Amino acid sequence: MKSTAVVIGAVLALAGSVVSAQGTQGFVPATDIAKESLPATPLVYGAYGFVWVALTVYVFLLWRRIGKVERELVDVTARIAKR
Amino acid sequence: MGVVQKIFYYHVPSAMMTFMAAFVCGVASAVFLFRRSQLADQIAVSAAELAVVFGIIVLVTGPLWARKAWGVWWLWDVRLTMTLIMWMIFVSYLLLRRFGGPGSDVLAAAVGLFGTALVPFVYVSVNFWRTQHPTTDVVRTLPPEMAAPFRWAIFSFLLFFVALLITRIRLESSRMALEEAHVALED
Repeated sequence: MKSTAVVIGAVLALAGSVVSAQGTQGFVPATDIAKESLPATPLVYGAYGFVWVALTVYVFLLWRRIGKVERELVDVTARIAKR
Repeated sequence: MGVVQKIFYYHVPSAMMTFMAAFVCGVASAVFLFRRSQLADQIAVSAAELAVVFGIIVLVTGPLWARKAWGVWWLWDVRLTMTLIMWMIFVSYLLLRRFGGPGSDVLAAAVGLFGTALVPFVYVSVNFWRTQHPTTDVVRTLPPEMAAPFRWAIFSFLLFFVALLITRIRLESSRMALEEAHVALED
């Protein structure tokens, strides 16, 4: 019991000395922290690439849908004319 | 801002075309609701689809710019959130037209009007609320070396938008003609 109290007292004394030592140094601004440097080029390529791919895919799908509907329309109109 | 600012030349014109498509859809939807005009319905559904296409471009290119400019991909900022909601309204318009069954055209027209009503709020949101997104003044105060390519980008996007809208209306018109032909064939 007595030894435990001695150990706790020693730890508290050590912690107090560390805190007081830091306190005397004051605020030191961190100037050597590495800042995040994100390259912009992949983002620009990504954005431009997405726009071109999205619009090209949309135009292609639109062209295919028109072709399908108009072929079907010609077919159905011909079947109506035959009757 | 550096090279990442070049995203602006695609992002802003796409946003303008989204607003334009939403506006066209709203006007056509209103005409359809009051006059039951088939042409107005064809224009509305075509414009709604273009609002979704240009809207997805806005919602993808914006975060790519923001990652460099703000350090994050997305913020639940008023402009960004309202744009996302507006885009989702037009997606719901198309889903309603696709899966809504008979009579969904009238309900979809009302949804289209709601989407269009959001446009002015999305536009002025950056001026009224304190948001991270740049205000609308950015476009007016561009230096000449940026203003010229920006105007050219808007003009190109506008031409492309008109061409796509005309083509999409043609598809819708053919589709309606096909439906009528199928009905005539069955009768």
